[in-house]
Amino acid sequence: MKREYCQHPDFDPYAPLLTVENLRVRFATHQGSFHAVNGISYSISPGATFGILGESGSGKSVSQEAVIGIVKCPPGVVSGSVRFCGIELIGAPGRIRRSIRGQGIAMIFQDAVTALNPSLTVGFQIAEMYRVRAGVDRQSAFRRATALMDRVQIPAARKRARDYPHQFSGGMSQRVMIAMALAQDPAVLIADEPTTALDVTVQGQILMLLRELQLETGLALVLITHDLGVIAEAADHVAVMYAGRIVEKAPVESIFREPMHPYTIALMESVPQIDSVRSRLNAIGGTPPVLSKIPPGCAFHPRCASCMEICRRSRPFRFWLTGDHYSECHLGRDAGILAGSADDG
Amino acid sequence: MNEQGSEAPEVAPISGEESRAASLGWRDYLWALIDDRVTLAAAAFLTILAFLTIGADFLAPYDPVKLNLKERLLPPFSPGANGMPHILGTDELGRDMFSRLIFGARVSVSIGVIGATASAIIGISLGLVAGYLRGYIEDVIMRTVDGMLALPSLLVALFVLFMIGGGYLNLILVFAVLHWTVYARMARGLALTYRESTFVAAAKSIGCRDSRIMARHLLPNMASPLLVLFTLEIAVLILSEASLSFLGFGIQPPDPSWGLMIAKGRDYMRSAWWMVTLPGAAIMLTALSLNLLAAWVRTITDPVQRWRYIRARPGKSSETPVTSVP
Repeated sequence: MKREYCQHPDFDPYAPLLTVENLRVRFATHQGSFHAVNGISYSISPGATFGILGESGSGKSVSQEAVIGIVKCPPGVVSGSVRFCGIELIGAPGRIRRSIRGQGIAMIFQDAVTALNPSLTVGFQIAEMYRVRAGVDRQSAFRRATALMDRVQIPAARKRARDYPHQFSGGMSQRVMIAMALAQDPAVLIADEPTTALDVTVQGQILMLLRELQLETGLALVLITHDLGVIAEAADHVAVMYAGRIVEKAPVESIFREPMHPYTIALMESVPQIDSVRSRLNAIGGTPPVLSKIPPGCAFHPRCASCMEICRRSRPFRFWLTGDHYSECHLGRDAGILAGSADDG
Repeated sequence: MNEQGSEAPEVAPISGEESRAASLGWRDYLWALIDDRVTLAAAAFLTILAFLTIGADFLAPYDPVKLNLKERLLPPFSPGANGMPHILGTDELGRDMFSRLIFGARVSVSIGVIGATASAIIGISLGLVAGYLRGYIEDVIMRTVDGMLALPSLLVALFVLFMIGGGYLNLILVFAVLHWTVYARMARGLALTYRESTFVAAAKSIGCRDSRIMARHLLPNMASPLLVLFTLEIAVLILSEASLSFLGFGIQPPDPSWGLMIAKGRDYMRSAWWMVTLPGAAIMLTALSLNLLAAWVRTITDPVQRWRYIRARPGKSSETPVTSVP
């Protein structure tokens, strides 16, 4: 398939696949303006899986909507830099952004049932992906759609292509979503909680499917979730988000072996363990901060078990445990680790 | 797969996922129509009307405009001069009522259909653009709509027709210009509800441009209520045409039109009841049938609801609900 974005003057096949630098999303509301995403940075290479972990409202979905450029109302102001193969996307004209959506970066959504158009057949919707780019006629688009449905393991694809979304179960809808996202063979797939609405067996199947597709095509996957199990199973690198910032970022083994940030530790402890003698779960006290009233200093300090005086006053820098594992927590200083500026890449 | 006619189907087992697949053919729609007796009657009436309208030239026993003062004001089923009975009687100038009614239907129905289509095209496209793109475009379009709705449409129609003269084309023109606002309002409201939905975000995320999202993703979801509005508008326009012709600003005599026939018949209401009653009944039955059909069309075009009206028949799988109904 001809990829429009390859013609872009800034296109550089040797640049990192997707680089996000200091991305911010600001919403102006009646209560004042606030940052839903407040300076996050990461980059991802082909075939890798980058997990973004966080509670509801931590800004993980909005950050990825900003990457692909579909931040919904109220109109959010996106700043920072998102580069895809060297092409800057923030502030780029709509034509360039559209050429990258679908072919470069595709997205699948949390609730597949609402992400499918209720009044069009599933086959039509997948075929639509081929017809968005000119040059594919209706019939061959439909044939390709059924082939793709086979590939995402929907049984009796030819028959089911004529069905409407409400005739599909949750797991099958998610497969259809994945098929739609993969139709144009994207380089990066952003999966916004792809398994949250599904039961555990289907969840496993979907993750397996994504893994297989990654091995087949070298797809880079950005996996947004609040499920530690999904992260442990699927991701290579993990970023933990809290109140719009990445508070800890590390390779997946490293973060499960040596979590640094108290928030990460608390998240891990709040997962029920069958083999533990503990009778009560260690839930994290309090609720995530309202984004318009983020506490001064470290945003997590009101809920933090090891809160210190300094946490109330100043926002922590990044403290690096190893070359690719950092956390934004003042505890890192006591551990005697190298400090870097909080805002650099 | 549940048996035919069972009311509360079980939640289908996983293996049943495949067997739910079946698309609906025209036969299923026909059966659904036959099952619904009232709508069937309405559809039958409209079919006969369409048949009479199209074949008026061959089916009319008399010339609808030719005078025959020897046979004026004959009651229904009176024998006529050329051997054919005047089955619906004659009017004050001796013209055959049945012939006039079916030629009048041609005028009334075609004005209704063409006028409703023209105003739907204008109104739906403007409303869709307003609701989806928002911004100043929406302000301009919707304030225009508000402004036009503030005017009494029949009065404006009277005034405009007084200025440019009555007649077939002018009537359609006036209806198209005055009635698009209804569609615009509804289309904008529907576009507003769908523009924030996830499937629009999904369409954007694969690189659809705005025009494609509007035409391909929003419009099919809006089709069902808009189709109902369209059907109802046909009835409204037939009635408006009747009122305008009744008042003398629409179709001009000697051309037959239902409204005009009522206007003439009013003078003879005591002596010749058929002159008012028959065109009145024609208008009423047409409007009623269109309204009934509109309600049926709404449910049958909704992919989620229509299975209720599609009867499962032996030897053929049909759509069954995914969830069980209480």
